[in-house]
Amino acid sequence: MLRYIVGRIGQSLVLLFLVSIIGYFVLLLAPGGPMSQFALTPGISKQDLDRIAEQMGLNRPIIVQYADWLWHLLQGDWGASFRDNRPVLTVILDHLPATLLLMGSATAIAMTLGVWIGIMGAIRRYSIFDYAATVGAMIALSVPTFWFGLIAIYVFSLNLGWFPAGNMYTIGSGSVGDVLWHLVLPASVLALVDVAIWSRYMRTATLDVINQDFIKTARAKGLSARRVLFKHVVGNALLPMITLAGLQVPALLGGALVTETVFTWPGMGRLFLDSLGYNDYPVVMGLLMFSAVLVLIGNLLADLISAFVDPRIRLA
Amino acid sequence: MSTVTPANLDLPPENWWRSRTARRFRRHRLAMFGVVMIAVLTIACVLGPYVLPYDQLFIDLRARFAPPMTGGHIFGTDPLGRDVAARLFHAGRISLLVGFCAMLISIVIGTVIGVLSGYYGGRVDAALMRFTDAFLSFPSIFLLLALAAFIRPDPLMITVIIAVTTWMEVARIVSTEVRSLRERDFILAAHMLGLSNSWIMFRELLPNAIGPIIVAATLTVARAILLEAYVSFLGYGIQPPLPSWGNMLNGAQQYLGSAPWLAIVPGIAITLAVTSFNFIGDGLRDALDARSDLS
Repeated sequence: MLRYIVGRIGQSLVLLFLVSIIGYFVLLLAPGGPMSQFALTPGISKQDLDRIAEQMGLNRPIIVQYADWLWHLLQGDWGASFRDNRPVLTVILDHLPATLLLMGSATAIAMTLGVWIGIMGAIRRYSIFDYAATVGAMIALSVPTFWFGLIAIYVFSLNLGWFPAGNMYTIGSGSVGDVLWHLVLPASVLALVDVAIWSRYMRTATLDVINQDFIKTARAKGLSARRVLFKHVVGNALLPMITLAGLQVPALLGGALVTETVFTWPGMGRLFLDSLGYNDYPVVMGLLMFSAVLVLIGNLLADLISAFVDPRIRLA
Repeated sequence: MSTVTPANLDLPPENWWRSRTARRFRRHRLAMFGVVMIAVLTIACVLGPYVLPYDQLFIDLRARFAPPMTGGHIFGTDPLGRDVAARLFHAGRISLLVGFCAMLISIVIGTVIGVLSGYYGGRVDAALMRFTDAFLSFPSIFLLLALAAFIRPDPLMITVIIAVTTWMEVARIVSTEVRSLRERDFILAAHMLGLSNSWIMFRELLPNAIGPIIVAATLTVARAILLEAYVSFLGYGIQPPLPSWGNMLNGAQQYLGSAPWLAIVPGIAITLAVTSFNFIGDGLRDALDARSDLS
């Protein structure tokens, strides 16, 4: 087990190194580059631009810049925001809880609904419910999240008035109930795609388990259908779902970005868009890296938990 | 001068329309719905602007926010009084074209990387697949937006950027497929004929892996259309006055209460197009899978 854990962590670190190279070079080599925002200043001279480049170390060879950046990154110094000069890591961590709350709630909704739909679809295979769930999932995967958000605001906020159209809390309030009330729409919108994916995977996993011999044995022992389903089938079908939860992190983060924009939710996604608008390279770069770290941590955790609960994985 | 190339040994092509695969596909109701829908959308986008009475750029401030079905505006007008239907069809040309071209580039990148890694195996495979994994570690919208925002893109650049963030799944699929094909006897035979590596990779292995690639290509069109909509909605994709389904939704949120059709109409177009391509992809997957006849 220990060897497996160390091996997996090692792989993640290698991947993280590759990620940092791709992220850094893609952004730095993009036409314009970090200097473009200064070049827009009216009346700025060539000397001024050179001086700024020199101060920021942008006139050094790109490899040196990258090594320098990575070295500081490893020490926790992610640079300072161009916008307000605050440390990038602090800015990101300020916005992290809102995003985690949104992603966590969406995942909770998606798991509960998706697992249930998946199991029902599998045990009533080829029924009207199964067919509707399949088609529904395909459509849900095709709806742009932001558009679904707009429609949700139109129906539940503007017309029915049940939920607020945006923001995380009412100014001056901010109680737990108030935040939850603001959370309902964005979390449900973000959950839509995930419900579809979870239900598809859960259906397949349940079908795989149902056809195995130990289920026949359990039935032959005379266990009730309910007991076989919940004790033997669902437990085993949930195993691959742990990996799925890890694999869903990138999609969830991407979805959160759009959802946060539509619902003016003060998370990392909105920070990313705001920073793009300000040409705030250090924050954009920091967020790219940070999201990749979250993705890798998600995958790593999912694999470790799977290996912990399923001996077949760590022995293979 | 006649060299025996494997191409000479090919059997005459059977009638593909009657093949089992084609029959299975035609029986797939959702896939057929997708094909019809895409045909209708394409025809509407190509011919629509010639049929409609209004030009997509014609501004008529007196007719701003006309609701659908009034004054000859089937889908109403926008805040500048431009006809939404005319803009929708023009936007469709761009969105569909961007989606399709992004898919082509994405498939080329993914296939080349996948074939190389699957064929050579070992270190090449490890390096290329780690590279692929690293790209997969970024949420694609983050990478896409970062690139689009700093490159200040035209439609061509957007297409390329979308391709750069969508090739990874194709690479993985092709790599797995090629790795299993590589061990087959016909590849051994090709090696014994002394064929070059690149011939074996692209003339022997690739045609045999074409099924999964076509499925992936269809699903990639869906993804590319969706991604274009995302970046354009957020203001970093196709730039006005050029319309795209995504950027038509860009300002729609602030008029949600007064002019909901501005949000509803383009959204339905995107959803229809993406759903259709997903249905077609699903149908193709089932049709190409010979086992699906048994169940």
